[in-house]
Amino acid sequence: MTNFINTYLPNVVANWEGDNGFVVAIWQTLYMTFVSAIFAGIFGIILGILLVVTTDDGITPHKNFYNVLDKLVNLFRSIPFVILLAVIGPFTKLVVGQTIGPKGALVPLIIGTAPFFARQVQLALVEVDHGVIEAAEAMGLSPMKIIFRVYLKEGLPELIRSGTFTTISLIGLTAMAGAVGGGGLGNMAIAVGYQRFENDVTIVSMIFILILVFIIQGIGDLLVRKLEH
Amino acid sequence: MVEKGGIIQLKNIDVTFHNEGKTIEAVKNVSINVNKGDIFGVIGYSGAGKSTLVRVINLLQKPTSGEVIVNDKNLTKLSVKDLRKERKNIGMIFQHFNLMRSLTVFGNIDFPLRDSKLSKQERKEKVNKLLSLVGLEDRANNYPSQLSGGQKQRVAIARALASDPEILISDEATSALDPKTTTEILNLLGRLNKELGITIVIITHEMDAIKQICNRVAVMEDGKLIEEGDLLTIFGSPKKKLTKDFVDTSTQISSVLDEIKESGIVKSLSGRLVELNYIGNVTNEPLVVELYKKFNVEANILFSNIERLQSTTVGIMLFALTGDDDKVSAAIEYLNSLNVNVKEIDITESEED
Repeated sequence: MTNFINTYLPNVVANWEGDNGFVVAIWQTLYMTFVSAIFAGIFGIILGILLVVTTDDGITPHKNFYNVLDKLVNLFRSIPFVILLAVIGPFTKLVVGQTIGPKGALVPLIIGTAPFFARQVQLALVEVDHGVIEAAEAMGLSPMKIIFRVYLKEGLPELIRSGTFTTISLIGLTAMAGAVGGGGLGNMAIAVGYQRFENDVTIVSMIFILILVFIIQGIGDLLVRKLEH
Repeated sequence: MVEKGGIIQLKNIDVTFHNEGKTIEAVKNVSINVNKGDIFGVIGYSGAGKSTLVRVINLLQKPTSGEVIVNDKNLTKLSVKDLRKERKNIGMIFQHFNLMRSLTVFGNIDFPLRDSKLSKQERKEKVNKLLSLVGLEDRANNYPSQLSGGQKQRVAIARALASDPEILISDEATSALDPKTTTEILNLLGRLNKELGITIVIITHEMDAIKQICNRVAVMEDGKLIEEGDLLTIFGSPKKKLTKDFVDTSTQISSVLDEIKESGIVKSLSGRLVELNYIGNVTNEPLVVELYKKFNVEANILFSNIERLQSTTVGIMLFALTGDDDKVSAAIEYLNSLNVNVKEIDITESEED
């Protein structure tokens, strides 16, 4: 085994430890993925709920608010991520104090993902049977209670499905952010593997990312299966 | 119905929708008074506005104008918060049950109790009591997807009763169910009305449903209330064409008449065709015998439908009367004097009114 690794993956071994090594890169990718997933998740759910309840046949319709929010979500969703990284540089610096490294990647990752997830949340919650919402209204539940007890409860399997999907595309974005200075496995694959012609590093980086994707997909599927009746 | 108003009073309700420049008047100046303990039926074809009208009762639908008074409170004047409180006094069941998929039967019935002051143990007892009331004790831990339509509606009924409402609104609650299950659910509603004294408003497009449990009926057409009264009056002597249609589909007299006209059976009998409607105790056999003895008129029963509504007999019969013409006329006069509503039917005529 050791022999095999030394023979076929010499550069992986050489780049395993140290500040720019694989171990650090894996942690950086995990850090970027999960911290931005948490924040983008919170913002996305809030925005998604607001979109659902303020739409015309929502529980608290508000035409102007909905229109503005709807346009904003579309706008931010339309900006290509690489450009977003550059454009919001100053803002990033203001918030986290740096524009490079995993920490610097967080702000664009969150801003890039939250609107996307908000749309997913909206689609998931709109699917909740309108009749059930009506029944809850007839029972005298307040809008807040309807959101928490009906929308989020009934929409949970669908929310987890979109959460899984969003997290996986987020991993894709961390790789992109990595390539322009964010660190992580993306940086590893491009700055080391691709640019120094150390192909084994690129391939192993990819494999690590795939493993991460499979794990997240697996957890998501498991949760959905447990929740659906 | 006299000086004090009923538990539900809808006064001059108008509901108008504006949709892409088009104005739709779904409910036009409808007033209804439902007394405590009534099972009040609203019947009409789809699009008649009946669903919109009953949703006005708990203000799920806000009326464009008019007043909604429930339990002596004017709901249209209440704050949002007070309205929510009043809504707990009005249970509602729906055509598609509207249960939470993510909750068990127990969880669904417990759902409206979450904000009550009851302890966990008291809530559990209450849910179990409701479960046995609707006959689903053994289904507490099932999910709605594991139940039949009738069982789902029972869960929905138990859920609606959890907050001890005085009023239950049934919005086409049996329309998605098969006839046998429909009867079961209606019987359950009738039982709840008797046992709990709960006032029930049901809307439906099936006269049979109305016939089975309602004591009062309102007929809606095109957003308007066209006829209203107690069941026996509506059923025994419907005034409007639509009401007649509903009664006819229920007694099947129209289709029988059509068949008779087509078959020419009456001509071959060389008799006169009369339709008898009666409420109360008049029975076929003595009538037939009497007509023969008194007038020497033979009465041939072509069709007869006798039902018990509200423990009163309501009958409809078709006789072909044969005999001397003046004797037959005398016989018809005699029938008229018996408190039987007699209508002679011209069989050559294709369609009456």
